[in-house]
Amino acid sequence: MNLWLLLAGNSIAFGGLLFLLSAGFALIFGLMRIPNLTHGSLFMLGAYFAVSLIAMGLGFWPAALIAAFGVAAFGGLVERLLLRRLPGNELAQVLVTLGLSFMIADVCLMTWGGDPISIETPPGLRGASHIAGFGFPTYRLGVIVVAVLCATALWGVLEQTRLGAMIRAGVDDPQIARVVGIRVSRLFTIVFSLGAGLAGFAGVIGGPILSVYPGLDQDMLPLALVVVILGGSGSLIGSFIGSFAVGLLYNFGQALFPELAYVVLFLPMLVVLVLRPQGLFGRAAP
Amino acid sequence: MNRAAGIFAFAALVTLPLWVGNAYYVNIAAQILLYSIFALGLNVLVGYGGLVSLGHAGLFGIAAYAGALAINTGGNHFVAIASALAATIVAAAAFAMLALRGTGLGFVMITVALGQIVWGVAYRWISITNGDNGISIRTRPSPFGLSLATANGFYWATLVVFLVAVAVIAILAASPFGASLRGTRDQPRRMTALGYNIWLIRFLAFLFSGLWSGVAGMLFLYYNQFISPQAVALSASAEALLMVIAGGTGTLLGPIVGATLVVIMKNVASAYIERWNFVLGAIFVAIVVLMPEGMVPGSVRLARWCGTRLRLRTAPAHSATAPHPEGGG
Amino acid sequence: MSALELRGLDKAFGGLRVTAGVNLAVEPGERRLIIGPNGAGKTTLFNLITGELRPDAGTVWLFGGDITRVPTRRRAHLGLARTYQILTLFPNDTLLHNVSLSQLGLSRLRWNPIWRLDHQTELLAAARQMLAQVGLDQLADRPVGQTAYGERRRVEIAMALAQRPKVLLLDEPFAGLSSDERRDVKQLLAAIPREVTIVMIEHDMDIALDFADRITVLHFGRVEVEGSRAEVVAHPRTKEIYLGA
Repeated sequence: MNLWLLLAGNSIAFGGLLFLLSAGFALIFGLMRIPNLTHGSLFMLGAYFAVSLIAMGLGFWPAALIAAFGVAAFGGLVERLLLRRLPGNELAQVLVTLGLSFMIADVCLMTWGGDPISIETPPGLRGASHIAGFGFPTYRLGVIVVAVLCATALWGVLEQTRLGAMIRAGVDDPQIARVVGIRVSRLFTIVFSLGAGLAGFAGVIGGPILSVYPGLDQDMLPLALVVVILGGSGSLIGSFIGSFAVGLLYNFGQALFPELAYVVLFLPMLVVLVLRPQGLFGRAAP
Repeated sequence: MNRAAGIFAFAALVTLPLWVGNAYYVNIAAQILLYSIFALGLNVLVGYGGLVSLGHAGLFGIAAYAGALAINTGGNHFVAIASALAATIVAAAAFAMLALRGTGLGFVMITVALGQIVWGVAYRWISITNGDNGISIRTRPSPFGLSLATANGFYWATLVVFLVAVAVIAILAASPFGASLRGTRDQPRRMTALGYNIWLIRFLAFLFSGLWSGVAGMLFLYYNQFISPQAVALSASAEALLMVIAGGTGTLLGPIVGATLVVIMKNVASAYIERWNFVLGAIFVAIVVLMPEGMVPGSVRLARWCGTRLRLRTAPAHSATAPHPEGGG
Repeated sequence: MSALELRGLDKAFGGLRVTAGVNLAVEPGERRLIIGPNGAGKTTLFNLITGELRPDAGTVWLFGGDITRVPTRRRAHLGLARTYQILTLFPNDTLLHNVSLSQLGLSRLRWNPIWRLDHQTELLAAARQMLAQVGLDQLADRPVGQTAYGERRRVEIAMALAQRPKVLLLDEPFAGLSSDERRDVKQLLAAIPREVTIVMIEHDMDIALDFADRITVLHFGRVEVEGSRAEVVAHPRTKEIYLGA
């Protein structure tokens, strides 16, 4: 019984991490209609940034925030300098993100080397907590809390602020949004930066659990894809629920069917894509 | 393509092992040919059909794994190749039926999912695929007594397959079916109204391109005498797409140029340039941003532009009677 | 037996009723004009006839056969052809290739992966002939991108004619043409034999009124007035619709 609870707990923690990763991806996909294939690399980049910042003496949380901003700024540059040159050409934009992911991965390899680097768990969250008689790594509880906080903050921005309303309008109908006067191209930059920043932040948060290593980007990107496909592009609730679903599928899949772990993960994604191309929660494509 | 250039190229290819002294470079050439086959096949779907797939490495891998398993369970090479190609076609049919449920980006995402499933099985179903350790095979075939164990032998065998592929694809491109396929890329709605069955056309194109992925996969298996999940990863599909896009979709030469670029980057350039992956990515980004139609058409456009500038430069005296300027590229 | 008949055709998008209980019967050889202000649902009606849209209710009949459930591509084989309001030519190809694709659509040859398309002399000759019929044979080898708009409109018509249709649907064939060009298109439409039944959507009443035997006026997806030219022109409802009374 203990094992199942532990597994469930880990799944939820992993789901929280996935939410941080996927929320950005979902927003970018929803608004700009491009699957951002750089997303895994941005996750990894954030983690590596934090590694260097921590090595320079910064604490975990400051490093996480600065790394997130750094990645967000990088994302903004990418959008302004590259993606904006290909307006409306979604395929070309996807391919650009693909090429960029190669470049980022190599730069990381060059700068931080080929060995896995672990990020130390922040001091306040080390050790285990006891909930209902079961021991559970405190940090992972922390991850869940952070994910929920971020989800709430994001929800707040999307539902309560003007910026959020513009984003939602752009996701629903970009043409009408333009007509109504929303500066869609500036919105793209903001959303891409936001998404990138979230990914970078997620990378740091994931550091103590996953470490950072070359290939981390390749491991995380497909997971973001699955979450967004299951949860629907542009849908925050979808990403939230999808993340936890994937977390559960992934961990239980690994435990129960180690040989078919990835199949367990991608098969539902495939089923959803085939039956409902817009995901379980997203709106139908125009 | 220019007749003389074609003959020259053919002669150069056939005699390559003779004028390239080094077995290392002959091997590179063989790799270029086998990846060209992969790219040419993918181009039928992407370039002629307008359907971008990021899952074709899955089909490439299915062939290689099926072949490896067939050989290692005692089959002879002929049986192995036949079963590998059969497996590939069945898989391609399944892929196609699923992927064609989506259009545009939906299609791409489904192919990603399918490729990942194949990768997941290759990586995790250790009892069959040996997981990350991969599967080795001990011998290369010796068709009609010619041993493929040597670099030259393998090169010539690959060249034969390559030439067959080029011929078959060229014939398809010039055929009514080829025109139908390109029509579905350009105006699918109109094609339906004209009486074409665009689903079936796309399905067949997918099968055809999958078949060549399988052929390339088997060549890959024989080249390395080894197959591992690495060859089935998303990055492998991405590289294949890169070859097609970089060279230029919709032409026959394009994928070959693209494959040459990528293979040379991976093997040769990596000896001189430390970070070839970065360079590859950068070239990719540059091509997509600057020459969205790919390098071959893009280069043609560039050459024509240069030619126009040159002509205008050298003939100022005739400006009064200058011929009508070149239309836009 | 009518060439084309619509019975009780309904179509709504969300809350918007685009086609409302349309009944229409076009006799073989007839020239029918469908007019109506913008948003009347004319193109939607064509899309319902060709099958590119599925009706919510009602049926479509072609020469006495119910084609409501027949897929669009099959309708082409049954003799239905259309042109589009927004040009849908194959932009990277020559005029000849465009019309050839039209011919090819109804031929078994379209599945052939081996023979060279440019060696199919019969097919290509027929395509050239089709271009000659619309006065474009000298431009046959010109890429679409290098032709004028008026010429492209004629290619649209050539492509539809190449399907040897029994029922031809023309969606605003005169849109955007100069008066000379309109005259040319009028002539070529007049030359189409009566074996082909023609239904035309047009905005410009002057041009189209000469052409039509009968006229149907659509408004908000509903058939409001129908009859001969004289009847429709005189009908008070027609004036209301067009003057927004």
